[in-house]
Amino acid sequence: MTNRNMSALNESIKIARWILREKTLTLDTLNPQVKAVEYAVRGPIVIKAGEIERYLEEGGTKPFSEVIKANIGDAHAMGQKPITFLRQVVALCTFPELMDSPSFPEDAKRRARRILQGCGGHSLGSYSASPGVECIRKDIAAYIEQRDEGVPSDWENVYLTTGASDGIMTILRLLVSGKDSSRTGVMIPIPQYPLYSAAISEMDAVQVNYYLDEDNCWALDINELHRSYQAAKQHCQPRVICIINPGNPTGQVQSKKCIEEVLHFAYEENLFVMSDEVYQDNVYAPDCQFHSFKKVLYEMGPEYFNSVELVSFHSTSKGYTGECGFRGGYMEVINMDPEVKAQMVKLLSVRLCPPLAGQAAMDVIVNPPQPEEHTFKQFHQEKSSVLGALAEKAKLTEKILNAVPGIKCNPVQGAMYAFPRIFIPPKAVEEAKALGMQPDMLYCLRLLEETGICVVPGSGFGQKDGTYHFRMTILPSIEKLKVLLGKVRDFHIGFLKEYSGLE
Amino acid sequence: MNENAESLFDTDSRHSWNIQRFLSYHCKQSSAVLIHSILISIIQRFTPEILRKGIHGDTMTENGCEYRERVLTMDTMNPNVKRVEYAVRGPIVQRAVQIERELKMGIKKPFTEVIRANIGDCHAMGQKPITFFRQVLALCSYPDLLEDGKFPEDAKSRARRILQACGGGSLGAYSTSQGIEMIRQDIARYIERRDGGITCDPDNIYLSTGASDAIVTMLKLLVSGEGMSRTGVMISIPQYPLYSATLAELGAVQISYYLDEDNCWSLDISELRRALQEAKKHCSPRALCIINPGNPTGQVQSRQCIEGVIRFAAAEKLFLMADEVYQDNVYADGCKFHSFKKVLFEMGLEYSEKVELASFHSTSKCYMGECGFRGGYMEVVNLDPEVKVQLTKLVSVRLCPPVPGQALLDVVVNPPQPDEPSYDTFIKERTDTLATLAEKANMTQEILNQVPGIKCNPVQGAMYTFPRIHLPPKAILEAKEKEQTPDMFYCMKLLEETGICLVPGSGFGQRDGTYHFRMTILPPKEKLKIVLAKIKEFHQHFMAQYS
Repeated sequence: MTNRNMSALNESIKIARWILREKTLTLDTLNPQVKAVEYAVRGPIVIKAGEIERYLEEGGTKPFSEVIKANIGDAHAMGQKPITFLRQVVALCTFPELMDSPSFPEDAKRRARRILQGCGGHSLGSYSASPGVECIRKDIAAYIEQRDEGVPSDWENVYLTTGASDGIMTILRLLVSGKDSSRTGVMIPIPQYPLYSAAISEMDAVQVNYYLDEDNCWALDINELHRSYQAAKQHCQPRVICIINPGNPTGQVQSKKCIEEVLHFAYEENLFVMSDEVYQDNVYAPDCQFHSFKKVLYEMGPEYFNSVELVSFHSTSKGYTGECGFRGGYMEVINMDPEVKAQMVKLLSVRLCPPLAGQAAMDVIVNPPQPEEHTFKQFHQEKSSVLGALAEKAKLTEKILNAVPGIKCNPVQGAMYAFPRIFIPPKAVEEAKALGMQPDMLYCLRLLEETGICVVPGSGFGQKDGTYHFRMTILPSIEKLKVLLGKVRDFHIGFLKEYSGLE
Repeated sequence: MNENAESLFDTDSRHSWNIQRFLSYHCKQSSAVLIHSILISIIQRFTPEILRKGIHGDTMTENGCEYRERVLTMDTMNPNVKRVEYAVRGPIVQRAVQIERELKMGIKKPFTEVIRANIGDCHAMGQKPITFFRQVLALCSYPDLLEDGKFPEDAKSRARRILQACGGGSLGAYSTSQGIEMIRQDIARYIERRDGGITCDPDNIYLSTGASDAIVTMLKLLVSGEGMSRTGVMISIPQYPLYSATLAELGAVQISYYLDEDNCWSLDISELRRALQEAKKHCSPRALCIINPGNPTGQVQSRQCIEGVIRFAAAEKLFLMADEVYQDNVYADGCKFHSFKKVLFEMGLEYSEKVELASFHSTSKCYMGECGFRGGYMEVVNLDPEVKVQLTKLVSVRLCPPVPGQALLDVVVNPPQPDEPSYDTFIKERTDTLATLAEKANMTQEILNQVPGIKCNPVQGAMYTFPRIHLPPKAILEAKEKEQTPDMFYCMKLLEETGICLVPGSGFGQRDGTYHFRMTILPPKEKLKIVLAKIKEFHQHFMAQYS
């Protein structure tokens, strides 16, 4: 082609482009880190579930009448009732005219008045200071001290957040720096809660996997931490270790000894510790107990307590309140460099403040009715009834699933999920490969299509190569959960037959 | 090493801090132990007890053979975060908090309270919430109240409808990440009414945690490329510092275009062109942010100006971001709010099918002033469908915006109708709030313009005045000695002497050599008068002192 022809061609391409007017923001020009983000808990399977729900609403027919969403720890959506006292306080804060109403108990009014006094113009509608309302921070510190049997907590180390996710993102954001082999590596458990992998992708940090020991009730093995750390050091600079205790999606509760080992490891290798403790009230197994990282660190002596940098996270969304929609949460930050802390406050201030209603809800959780108060009895009744039902459902889930051939489920010691291992026959694995999807995705999609049950494939959380799992919540009501587990069993047996049968 | 070693032995009070930093910075390698033990022996011999205690703090162990540096320090932290600045809650506000504490402790000051005119926080300044909104929210929070005879039927029916759209009928359930579908439909209908019938697709609505959240999300999508091809984002100067802060955090390139102060802070297309041409030399300009009505500048854009901006964005292929959170806050006669969406669609298919636009709204401003609920939404227009999928994925990681804020937004876009019992009260409350704001806008401008050395453009809309202040050269000199910007120096002095907390213009950006401050017009009328009188007095005194 001659030069003239070339330039004419180029010109016409230019004009054609102009006519078509490519968009400014396309998949090609999009932030590549955003593209790399994956978040299975609300991924393709959930989108599909939404489509099926709409189809059913519009009168379509399926072999089932409703979609059961066991994909996400959304307690109220599954029928759990809110704690009355918490909602009374929030309603009083929202509409203070109710202070005159005799149908609200005095202890709820007292809490509401106190919260409102901490709010600008005594209104939930004003911004709070970016770290949160001062009196709520003080209540949280007092709560932590009580929980940890006297280990001191400074309220100025407590920061309210928009759900725990927000706090986790903020801390990771501070930590990510460096290029190439000095880029920050973040150690996360596998299986993990995909907020971590998503945040790491978004910030272009290096994900450093350490595997939990499935054969040992998903316990954390310190040798595995060493292995993973040493391997990662070859290509990045591991600077943080994230722990989820009780575990999500794996439901294990860490022993005190194991926590000590993790903290010692972090101390030795100079790692920043992030401990996700949003399920701290969700411990069901009788031989398990929640130990906060902070308390264990304290008991290891001043050498540790005064040096290991630790942030722990809590939330209104889990526990016995299950108030996900309020987006309440906090983090406690220990041994953070004062200058970095100032930087963090600045960063938080750009987003102004966490939602006030969520802050108020958090306050009730850390400052519940006391024995001498009017609502004490009702509050405890509601709390233990929620936690009792969860414990029962944890047991039931494990039991029924383990009775299915080809499903093996560790005990649900805590949190809100079962993460059973499923045997997928080679033929099904092949079929999935041919379809370009993960075998457990194929499994979960089929389960959804045939039974209306929405669970998340294990591949969304990470798992050892060649093993397959799904995560399901234990949140549906006992009756519904029984039906659901029965359906999972029938489906699994059918699935095995179909793919290992000799037809 | 020599220079650092010398600094170890100066008699500054920051002594022990210097040593700690020195050690943590230099003792990374294997020679750490050696360096450390040498230093320790020197220090132990020559330095006082206090200093030794400082050294044996949290960075070292007792025996002096081992030390720990922190993982996260100024040297190792994310450098982009360091670059972030956010003046609205910056040093001046931190000082204000301190002063408040000092007052509480009984320390005498020339004033009895700190007046915070630094932030658009209506309720904190005494504005009352709209009764109907709070009724609906209380009903949603505690549905037992639905049986309470004191609540009006229209509030109850709204609450019932919202709860029906929530998982398990509870505000405590997560919503879909994009926001509750029914609320998105209500918002879409509201936008259609506002824009005279131009259609709005609920699928284009994303609820957010305040408008800030959505703005950050959109910018996050837009930032890519390295070096010359790094995304540049055009923002107005003066600007609301969320924009500059987010660009710094994302490592994007800020492209400043200046608003025309002599012309009521209006936006001049030739200035846009100038800024863009200059920026093209070192980055890839891809987005244009507009704040209308303006923050901190209070101007309301004319329709003609908006058309010009849209034409410019179309020609230069810029993604438009229209921050319209003050859309109900228009006070000046002859000014009217025009949404970018409406103007875009009235300019014909050539534009309405092409220009990519995201517009933002919030529950925090207008007549509601419900900042604490962190409610907000954005509407995206002409967003590439694949990018939309990515957007939905990105917001899903954060699960959902706070549901009480979503509920509030629903009532804002779906307020009482003329045939409903709460209508009269609602209208009265809304009108009163907006009328008071208009009055205060006028009053602020009038009083400030009477002060020699202060020049204030009319506050046509929003909630702020951004007057230009004349600072004498002597004051500028003194500020420089203190390593403060001159307007920071001015605002600090004002705070110390009067208790009034404003934000220096330098936090928003301004033309070199000009100085401003931002103050809200939100304090109650009587208080605002006092504030303005105090500023007047302070300014005159300041001028006298430094001239």
